[in-house]
Amino acid sequence: MTDFAKGMAQGLLSKIKDASSGKPMCFMEVCGTHTMSIFRSGIRKLLPREIRLVSGPGCPVCVTPVGEIDQMIELSLLPGVITATFGDILRVPGSTYNLSEARARGAEIKVVYSPADALEIAENNPDKKVVFLGIGFETTAPSVAATILQAHRNKLKNFMVFPSHKLMPPALDALLSDPEIDMDGLICPGHVSTIIGARAFEPVAEKFQMPCVVTGFEPLDILQGICMLAQQVSRGENMVENAYRRAVSWDGNRRARKIIETVFKPADARWRGLGTIARSGLEIRKKFRQLDARRHFGTREKTVPEPKGCQCAQIIKGMALPSSCPMFSSACTPLTPVGPCMVSSEGTCAAYYKYGES
Amino acid sequence: MCLAIPMKVTAIEGDQDDILIPPVATVEARGVTSRIRLDIVDRMPRVGDYVIVHAGFAIHTLAPEDARKSMALLQEMAGQTDDNQPR
Ligand code: SF4
Repeated sequence: MTDFAKGMAQGLLSKIKDASSGKPMCFMEVCGTHTMSIFRSGIRKLLPREIRLVSGPGCPVCVTPVGEIDQMIELSLLPGVITATFGDILRVPGSTYNLSEARARGAEIKVVYSPADALEIAENNPDKKVVFLGIGFETTAPSVAATILQAHRNKLKNFMVFPSHKLMPPALDALLSDPEIDMDGLICPGHVSTIIGARAFEPVAEKFQMPCVVTGFEPLDILQGICMLAQQVSRGENMVENAYRRAVSWDGNRRARKIIETVFKPADARWRGLGTIARSGLEIRKKFRQLDARRHFGTREKTVPEPKGCQCAQIIKGMALPSSCPMFSSACTPLTPVGPCMVSSEGTCAAYYKYGES
Repeated sequence: MCLAIPMKVTAIEGDQDDILIPPVATVEARGVTSRIRLDIVDRMPRVGDYVIVHAGFAIHTLAPEDARKSMALLQEMAGQTDDNQPR
């Protein structure tokens, strides 16, 4: 940090202290990228003791249920299939093994940075079927939708998407409806909001009297978000505020949303830890059915129990800390992950492990 | 998965209305250059604008002033004066 940034951080910290004035407050950082940034910058240690931060359901890999991971593994092992995916999912345990082990058993799996790369693989391998694993929130959905549109226009016959997208506002609604959840404010996800707009959190703020602040990923952004939340709590307010105007507008990215709507429609989805939530996922519309890997291969998700003893389901809801899991850093490490929260670069257990906090 | 830093647009190919060839921008940040798609960005950038990139696609365009405005807001929150605002 430059001296200038240090000065700003100090200023924000003293404002946070003033606003909380000793009153305990608990805020949830919904997004996994926030979790990582909070740890990397050591913000937890700088905050006044009465302010507690817990991580939420904003790690896309972590909220994908085991049954769906199994489905992806099953697909990857089919003859003539190339699976293209973001790298995070590879080592997430399925009920018997993970995608990385499926690769050792002969599955052809390619890690890509963008869904557009997956399309290119399809173009270069006309005799294979390329399945892209569509995992992510509202930020990823429009790029996947744009890729589906492109494949449709180019009449590509060997490209498909396995849709497993999740939507944030319905999940927050479900989470906060749980009477055991007791939160004073939400640090709302930055780039999800770039797409859906800060206004998307208004129903949650109103229904649960919950202060909500959309914020960016720099340490100062996060401190500013916490400061605005603490001030709202001390004033007894519950509004949606936007501390990330350089990337997020009130209405969000209409063009991206239109592309999502063209290709997908809302559908019920299952979340690890949260169960099935109405209209919290996206299904590919009939018009593009030939690009839907679920329909094409007719795979069905089986209900599979969570890994034995793993508390990811509780951690995703902010109801447990990794340290309360008996396997944390003994049986479960990034090299031998038991649950998804230890695998993903946005997972809470991975963050606690990497930055040595308990 | 979110790249937090905005990337600077140095060149643009194609245009938004051509549905067959999606527009692409060359972008640069911290010495790394890459090519990113512009099909889903909220506003078509111009050379010199910044974009926020996710999974190879620009999702938001910001003019250079936008970034500075946000800095000013941070400063105000921290109760700092304006003297040493970075450019
Ligand atoms: S430490 Fe491992 S087993 Fe325990 S909750 Fe985290 S991921 Fe699951």
